[in-house]
Amino acid sequence: MSISSTDSTRTAADTAQELDLSREKLPEMYERMVQIREFEDLAGKNFAAGLVPGFVHLYAGEEAVAVGVCSHLTDADYITSTHRGHGHCIAKGVDIPGMVAELMGKSTGICKGKGGSMHIADVDKGMLGANGIVGGGLPLACGAALTAKTLGTGAVAVCFFGDGASNQGTFHEALNLAAIWKLPVVFVCENNGYAEATPVAYHCSASDIANRAGSYEIPGVVVDGLDLFAVYEAAGEAIARARRGAGPTLIEAKTYRFYGHFQGDTITYRTEEEVLRYRDRDPIAGAKKYIKDHGLATEEELDAIDARVVADLQQAWADAQAAPWPKPEEALTDVYVSY
Amino acid sequence: MVTAAPTRTLTYLQAVNQALRVAMREDPTTILMGEDVAGGANVDHLINEDAWGGPMGVTKGLVQEFGRNRILDTPITEAGFIGAAVGAAATGLRPIAELMFVDFFGCCMDQIFDQGAKLRYMFGGKARCPVTIRTQIGAGVNAAGQHSGCHYSVFTHMPGIKTVIPSTPADAYGLLLSSIRDDDLVLFFENKVLYGSKGEVPEGTDGIPLGVADIKREGSDVTIVAISRMVQQSLAAAEMLADEGIEAEVVDPRTLSPLDEETILSSVAKTHHLIIVDEDNPRCGAAADIAAMVADKGFDTLDAPIKLVTAPHTPVPFSPPLEQFYIPSPEKIAETVRGIL
Repeated sequence: MSISSTDSTRTAADTAQELDLSREKLPEMYERMVQIREFEDLAGKNFAAGLVPGFVHLYAGEEAVAVGVCSHLTDADYITSTHRGHGHCIAKGVDIPGMVAELMGKSTGICKGKGGSMHIADVDKGMLGANGIVGGGLPLACGAALTAKTLGTGAVAVCFFGDGASNQGTFHEALNLAAIWKLPVVFVCENNGYAEATPVAYHCSASDIANRAGSYEIPGVVVDGLDLFAVYEAAGEAIARARRGAGPTLIEAKTYRFYGHFQGDTITYRTEEEVLRYRDRDPIAGAKKYIKDHGLATEEELDAIDARVVADLQQAWADAQAAPWPKPEEALTDVYVSY
Repeated sequence: MVTAAPTRTLTYLQAVNQALRVAMREDPTTILMGEDVAGGANVDHLINEDAWGGPMGVTKGLVQEFGRNRILDTPITEAGFIGAAVGAAATGLRPIAELMFVDFFGCCMDQIFDQGAKLRYMFGGKARCPVTIRTQIGAGVNAAGQHSGCHYSVFTHMPGIKTVIPSTPADAYGLLLSSIRDDDLVLFFENKVLYGSKGEVPEGTDGIPLGVADIKREGSDVTIVAISRMVQQSLAAAEMLADEGIEAEVVDPRTLSPLDEETILSSVAKTHHLIIVDEDNPRCGAAADIAAMVADKGFDTLDAPIKLVTAPHTPVPFSPPLEQFYIPSPEKIAETVRGIL
């Protein structure tokens, strides 16, 4: 058992070189991050414009975590997610136009308009659902890992959850269960500093949530969640460990959400100065600079990615707006399996 | 019930055990998990042998046949392992989870009703949740407030869950097979007081379909719809009434969700009188639900008000005379019948 944290003297460049991120893979990871950011910015705008019913929790600012982790996974691997789940979906390869339509509640939505933002899922992609219950996904991830272990598929389950969830009983029950059964699961705590409007320094007894791994005698790792390479490296080790049957790891990614807890949050609990300080460390800008500085892609190539992502998303929103609503009687289907 | 199939005499407990074996033999993705379902995990002299086989011995011998990779002792961590069963079901296993006593549902309800029961719907029909949660219900062994409740009404209230309430060994066997084979989340309520009861159980591996009631006794004067152990109490009441020339028909719904409304309504159309007997608490309960259904759909066939015989709206008491007062008795059922004829 070890509590480790990434070496602050190492640079992103050192890490990326050591990780051997290729000319193909890194721009692809960059594109995923941009997709998440643009998806969220547009979701926020269109929520304000009244196009998105219900509750919306935006992931902008945390992109390095979802992408740094999910870049190690295939469709055969599983993830569980949180109320802030759009980024996890995109990083896991869920269809973006289907997600946009789901946010609007349209019949073309990835869940036929029955889940919405807070329960968006695609089991075919191994994405076992955003979750409206804080801490709800932790036992489910153990179950997905139990399936992988029992059937010997070699798959892993990654469980994303927030700092707030680390105080739920399910967090402790899941870590213990995964540890005693050596399940192929990686617990990724996205510590964005606040459980809703309550700071982590108040709500959590541990200075690092990763310390809680010590109680279960599994590795606990703290990483800079704004650094794509740091997340990628830590996740790679933990996922490899899980795949070879050595059991679970708890990764705490210290990150930040650029928006509030939900759209409409007045965000009176944090200062403008704090927000700007984190925006200065924008994980996407950091990745972009690295790629350019190391000649892995040109400014023009990256700008072209940005432009393509924006155009695709605008098309997705236009298509979703034009798509039909579900028929009311559709509400009565999919409760039980029909035979 | 007419059946040509050969039978054997089993206790209710043995019937559950046999159904588990059949289901686990026929489907290698079926696993059983729960607290001490084997017992003695990691004990050197119990590698493939159980210490307990469940606190009542219901799962005795399963680890010998299926091994510890399929019979999983869990820590006392209901949210953890019930949730793991749901997650495993959504990804390709067919888990049977044992919630030792239904009263413990408070420790894991989110994983049952917010996760397992809803995921198929919320995911637009893409996911399946073939989990069977077996759990013990029932007063009668002085286990008091936290180990004696019924609470099937709570789960029947929730869409996405099927609720199964066997009253005989044959029903326990056939209904458990169907529950495990079902692709939805099923709560299977085993009445601890019935574990020792004996009955004829068909040979073979046929399940009893969920949603089909069974007429346990035919009669022409009054319909008694009875749930779980209350079937036996009602049959005893029916014998007392028969001595007085009153013929009661005892209908066992066998599952509360889905509910076989047709059999209940047909019986009431014949007898024109309805009593519902339920050991669960009365408010917002299964008995009130069935009464409302008949009042809505069969009002014209009734010659008298529907009467309910239920437990009082209290927790289950400990002291023997208090507990006996709590459980609907044959005498009380018979008295209620006399009151409406």
